[in-house]
Amino acid sequence: MNVNAVGEFVGAALILIGSVISVISAIGIIRFPDVYTRAHAATKSSTLAVLLTLVGTFLYIWFSDAFISVRVILGILFVFITAPVSGHLIIRAAYRSNVKLADSTIEDELKPVLQEKGREDKDEEAQEVVQEQKQGQEQPQGSV
Amino acid sequence: MIKIMLGIALTLFSVAIAISLYRIIKGPSIPDRVIAMDMIGVNLISGIAAVSILLKTKAYLEVILILGILAFISTISLSRFIERGVIIERKRSG
Repeated sequence: MNVNAVGEFVGAALILIGSVISVISAIGIIRFPDVYTRAHAATKSSTLAVLLTLVGTFLYIWFSDAFISVRVILGILFVFITAPVSGHLIIRAAYRSNVKLADSTIEDELKPVLQEKGREDKDEEAQEVVQEQKQGQEQPQGSV
Repeated sequence: MIKIMLGIALTLFSVAIAISLYRIIKGPSIPDRVIAMDMIGVNLISGIAAVSILLKTKAYLEVILILGILAFISTISLSRFIERGVIIERKRSG
């Protein structure tokens, strides 16, 4: 067994481990109670699975063809950067559109913070409206 | 040996895709479905990597990049649509 065969075997083993982790995260997405816990399974472990698979592919191609594939490296970087961002955005959208938490949830720490922020925004908007009204009253006098 | 390992990996990826498809059909809310769709995209990327090794070709490696970009953009636009009701927001002038 020479070096290339060992490298190919390591690459294929990484792909196999990645597929097993992918199935585990699929089980997570089907068993967890609400969308916020499902996001754990769908973003973290799924990203780990695809990163392992792509690293395995990179190693396999490197050892079998002696070819360093820049495209696979770009794919690894892109998935590694974008997967957490998309998970964060979709969960933020879910919370803002009032998707319910599971019944077993103990505490929701974001709710009071958001309420406070909403109240401040409303105050600022009210002040702006008052100022605009004042300006509107002053302007016709100036023009006359 | 390596062929058997890659075959098992492909089967497991398709099992994961089938399970996420169940979540897309059943999912109680729209964000559930978007998350499952994102996961299908990620699993497709891994499956295509395994296929390109099985077929001994490097032609499929572009597909990995394109699928990654498409999955990311579709998730972003769907989340914006769920949150605000529009995808491209125009600023009110004045």
